Amino acid sequence: MSRYTAITAADLDAMLDAIGVDSVREMFDRQIPPAVRLDRALELPDGQAEQDVYAHLSQLAARNTSAEDELSFLGAGMYDHYVPAIVDMLIERSEFLTPYTPYQPEISQGGLQVMFEYQTAISELTGLPASNASTYDGPSAVAAAAYMAKLHNGRTRIVASAGLHPHTMQTLRTYAHGFGMDVVEVALRDGVTDAAAWEEAIDAETSAAIFAQPNFYGAVEDAAALSAAAKGGGEGDGPVGGANPVVICQADPIALGILAAPGECGVDVAVGEGQPLGNRLDFGGPSFGFFAAREEYLRRLPGRIAGETVDVDGRRGFVLTLQTREQHIRREKATSNICTAQALNALAGVVYLSWLGRDGIVELGELLLARTHYAREKLAAIPGIEKLHSQPVVREFALRLDADVAAVRRRCAADGVNPGVDVQALSGREEDRGVLLVALTERRSRADIERLADVLGAAVVAERREAVAA
Amino acid sequence: MITTETPLQRDRARTIFEKGARGRRAFVAPALDVPAVDTTELLPARLRRGERARLPEVSEPEIVRHYVGISKRNFDLDSGFYPLGSCTMKHNPRLHERVAALPGHARLHPLQDAERSQGALELMWNLQQALAEVSGLPHVSLQPSAGSHGELAGVLLTRAYHEDRGETRKKVLTPDTAHGTNPATVTMAGLEVVKLATNADGGIDLDDLRAKAGEDVACLMLTNPNTLGLFDRNIAEIAQIVHGVGATLYYDGANLNAVMGLSRPGDMGFDIVHFNLHKSFTQPHGGGGPGSGPIAVSERVAPYLPLPVVAREDAADGGEPTFSLEHDRPKSIGRLRGFHGNYGCFVRSYAYIRSLGGDGLKDASEVAVLNANYLLARLRAHSLPNGRTVADYLPLAYGELCMHEFVLSGGPMKQELKIKTLDLAKRLLDYGFHPPTVYFPLLVDEALMVEPTETETRETLDAFADAIAAILAEAAQNPEIALSAPYSTPVRRLDEVAAAKRPVIRQALD
Repeated sequence: MSRYTAITAADLDAMLDAIGVDSVREMFDRQIPPAVRLDRALELPDGQAEQDVYAHLSQLAARNTSAEDELSFLGAGMYDHYVPAIVDMLIERSEFLTPYTPYQPEISQGGLQVMFEYQTAISELTGLPASNASTYDGPSAVAAAAYMAKLHNGRTRIVASAGLHPHTMQTLRTYAHGFGMDVVEVALRDGVTDAAAWEEAIDAETSAAIFAQPNFYGAVEDAAALSAAAKGGGEGDGPVGGANPVVICQADPIALGILAAPGECGVDVAVGEGQPLGNRLDFGGPSFGFFAAREEYLRRLPGRIAGETVDVDGRRGFVLTLQTREQHIRREKATSNICTAQALNALAGVVYLSWLGRDGIVELGELLLARTHYAREKLAAIPGIEKLHSQPVVREFALRLDADVAAVRRRCAADGVNPGVDVQALSGREEDRGVLLVALTERRSRADIERLADVLGAAVVAERREAVAA
Repeated sequence: MITTETPLQRDRARTIFEKGARGRRAFVAPALDVPAVDTTELLPARLRRGERARLPEVSEPEIVRHYVGISKRNFDLDSGFYPLGSCTMKHNPRLHERVAALPGHARLHPLQDAERSQGALELMWNLQQALAEVSGLPHVSLQPSAGSHGELAGVLLTRAYHEDRGETRKKVLTPDTAHGTNPATVTMAGLEVVKLATNADGGIDLDDLRAKAGEDVACLMLTNPNTLGLFDRNIAEIAQIVHGVGATLYYDGANLNAVMGLSRPGDMGFDIVHFNLHKSFTQPHGGGGPGSGPIAVSERVAPYLPLPVVAREDAADGGEPTFSLEHDRPKSIGRLRGFHGNYGCFVRSYAYIRSLGGDGLKDASEVAVLNANYLLARLRAHSLPNGRTVADYLPLAYGELCMHEFVLSGGPMKQELKIKTLDLAKRLLDYGFHPPTVYFPLLVDEALMVEPTETETRETLDAFADAIAAILAEAAQNPEIALSAPYSTPVRRLDEVAAAKRPVIRQALD
């Protein structure tokens, strides 16, 4: 009897007897041909008692330097926001943690109502009426939006701002190859999408036009201007006489507390990484991707959607709806292949947004604005450090160091500070050499910023001195 | 018939947006500790929101009451039997939640330097090795986020493999018993679905396969055991035919729980496998995710694997090995999502593998198959008051024995008792069971797909068989009871047609 099973010797005898076989071996021999039977034991470590497994996993955890162990300014897509205790408590409840996708709505009203509330919250944040119940993560949500654009207008050209996160761009290219779409990249100018090049790149063959808000380098884009340019100045009045492309914005959900909602700016589809909303860093996942669109795209959305209805006695209830979009019904004609998405992570998201509340998300955004501004000016005043751009930023900004970023980061690490992301190591772009991306959350106080300035400043000075000496 | 409302039924659904009051809150912002500045200068008005997002305005106790309250309107695996076919609803050990929550895992940033995330990388590498061993395929990418995402990776890999050889192959063969994700994935990857027929034994029709297997076929996607719960005994021949025309063989790992340590997809001839860590390796399903869908592949497909892959380097001096994320594979299909995959799921599934070991995984599969066959036998033998048996109304669709799950047909039940599989499923809710998967696979009339898993006791299986028998006996007397079920659930049958016709998918706000 292995862990978590319950078959005693007496059970086994009775069960084999009921089945009508003499042994477990016979039960398999009658089904699996000998040629494909594994005739040896799996070469894996022996099973261990619970406390030993705990000790092993705990030792592995101890070999990681987490945000608990250093003063970290890492961001670039995932952020060390505080996760309130009620989020942990609620997502650990058996009733939310252990059910499958709600195929039987009568006994899944809790999960379905959470999806409905989540969709409402995302709709409010994005200013777009039609939200699904979650996708895998931010980058794959962008790719899913591009696929929806192709289903919508049949065109195959994607115009994407170079302000997209490198992982988003790479994911988009992988998917686009499958969809039979091409990606055309529009460069940045002064830290934001080059408006002239953007307008120029979007033509009558363009299926989707995609930008990030704020962009990968932290800059707030003029979303309304980018949308208007993509649409040739007015609804239905597309570039070069064609129909409008689908305008897709990959937005940061915390920043959306204070930034103009994509829906207000003429954006058709807003997607993004949901991790900042009450989800752990977890070394990159699981988190969730959010996906919201204008009403006209409702029947082409990917993934699950919860809808309101009534039961036979007239009670309000919720069901998975518009399922004719989905793989289990529509098969090869489905709008996506998503089956399992990120329901529990989306629950964390809506609990977090309820915890922040209507005013709290604005207060958080304003606090981040003030601290980020303070940190940016403080750091940019250090010799050998300058701003990469002067655009408005919310909680993340890019600096250019007159020193080797990897070496500077190593020096900082020795002092217990992780000053941010080495952008070139992530993007592979030559023009990103020397660029450091610094992210704040509400967990980083003024004192933390002062310490970052001291440690980073000293590291840059030391590196430059060494470079001169060499 | 029950006519009074239960307390849960009386408590009508109200969303969090309908609770609270203007000005109520849970969040307290940290103090502004930097010099106050006019933030409109930092962010000009034209870039700002006009109206605040109308998020809920509730106190912390209200949030707790609200979500604890609605959680009680869910059925879950910790509360009862959940024999949902194809979903492998096995026990979710709480140890896994405990270790995943350790700050060294939970608060580890994905862009932490490799030298300062060695524990995480070693865990991922160990998991890659374990999955390679279980599947019999040596190269693993942990990146895909769920089974269907793994499928997409697999079909894109197949495409890359053929394109790299200068071949354009458009067709992907899928049996008519395939999960819906298979054909949906094929379309997303720019290829075309060609359906394969099922033979009288429930396996692939070899003549149909031979007729359709040509130089234009890129891949055959197969689940083995398949969605009928049957192991396709012709697998070696199928592999030969598929490889004979230069195509790849893809293994949908949704049913891997039947064969761990007993038979390996790689040894069966498969080139690409996806795993559902949220099925065979017991990541809790969360009411619809998160999942995780790693893939394992053969040598010939390995150059195209999605990035990154974890690599291990042994120290020259015999010291500790080091682990790194390998990004440099020129032929890779690229990235399928941000960062490295659902690491939190890796922690849980790795803990599971370490708890069970190789023998334990094999034992899990053996008991899963034992439990399925026992439940099938119990159902078949169960006699009803009217002198008939359960099998008269719910015969096994194909085969004699089964692997980890089996598919019954509700056709005779519908004909003779005038209740459909849906009605049986709804009545099971009143008996406190989650129903099996219904109406899948599509080729079985009124299908009922039952997967008990290895973590259930014999008593539970007996009780479930008794419940099915009781419902059939009841229906023989009065079909109306099942036709109007359920009665005891927080809501009763819901109007799904109205929901789709006039979609209301968010709370209306003033």
